[in-house]
Amino acid sequence: MGGVTGYTPLREGVNLTDSTSNRSSMTLESELSSVEPVETRAEQLARDAGFDEDTASQIAMISREAVINAILHGNKKDPAKQVRVSFELNDDALRITIADQGGGLDPDAVPDPCAPENILRGSGRGIFLMRAIMDEVHFHQLNPGTEIELVKHRVHKEPQA
Amino acid sequence: MSMKFTTREVSGVTIVDLSGKITLGEGGLTLREEVRSLVTAGSKKILLNLAGVNYIDSSGLGELVSAFTAVKNAGGELKLLNLTSKVRDLLVITKLLTVFDVRDDEAAAVASFA
Repeated sequence: MGGVTGYTPLREGVNLTDSTSNRSSMTLESELSSVEPVETRAEQLARDAGFDEDTASQIAMISREAVINAILHGNKKDPAKQVRVSFELNDDALRITIADQGGGLDPDAVPDPCAPENILRGSGRGIFLMRAIMDEVHFHQLNPGTEIELVKHRVHKEPQA
Repeated sequence: MSMKFTTREVSGVTIVDLSGKITLGEGGLTLREEVRSLVTAGSKKILLNLAGVNYIDSSGLGELVSAFTAVKNAGGELKLLNLTSKVRDLLVITKLLTVFDVRDDEAAAVASFA
C-alpha cells in the first residue's frame, strides 16, 4: 500500500450543493507511491463538483504534478519529511492544497517553459501547467516548506424553469 | 497502467505504437530510452503513434521533447501521429505543438519523411 499515513475522509451522503464545506486531508510519506491516492481523490472530487471528464482528469493530473514536486523538489524524498494534502469542495470551488517541508520555492524564479530558449527542455512544465489549467494557483511560504493552493471554480448551471 | 511500446517498420520509417500513460514513475523503459535505442540501432525516421496514449503529464511532455531532440541531434526526424484530445490539449497549452510535426494519417505521415 502506498505512503498514506493519515486520511480524514469526506462525510458520506452530504449534499454537495448546499453551503456546507466538505473537507478531507491526507498526510503522505515522501515517496512516489503517495501520488496515486491524491490523484484518485482529486478526480473523484472534481467529478462530484460537476466538472466534465476532461477537466476532472486535468485537475487530477495537476494534483499529481503538485505532489510529485513536493516529494521530489520540496522534500527531496527525505523519509523524515511528509506531504500534507487538503481538499475542500464548497459551493464555489474545489480547492486542493499541497504542503511540503522542504527548503522553499520561489515560483517567480521558474523559467517560462514556452520561451524559445526553454521550449526544448526536458523538464520545467509542471508549475506552468498548474497555472494554465487551474483558475487560481497560490504559493504560500511555510516555515519550513511551501504550500501550493490550487483552485478550480465550479460552473453553476442555471436552474431549469 | 504503464506505457507499452510496439515497434514496426513501414517504408523505411520506424513506427512506435504507444499505449497507456506517459508519466513519471510508471516503471518500465522510458520513452526517451526506447527512442534512443532505436536511434542507436540506426533508425533515423521515427513516427510515434500516440493513438493509445490517454494520459500524459509534464514529465511525459518532457519525455516527448527529449525523444525529439535525441533523434534530431542524431540527424534524424521524429514526428507524432494520432494525438488524443488530452495529449493535444497539453501540447497546445505548452506551445509544443509548434515544435512537433503532427500528423493524423499514417500513410501520409510515412510519405512525409524525406
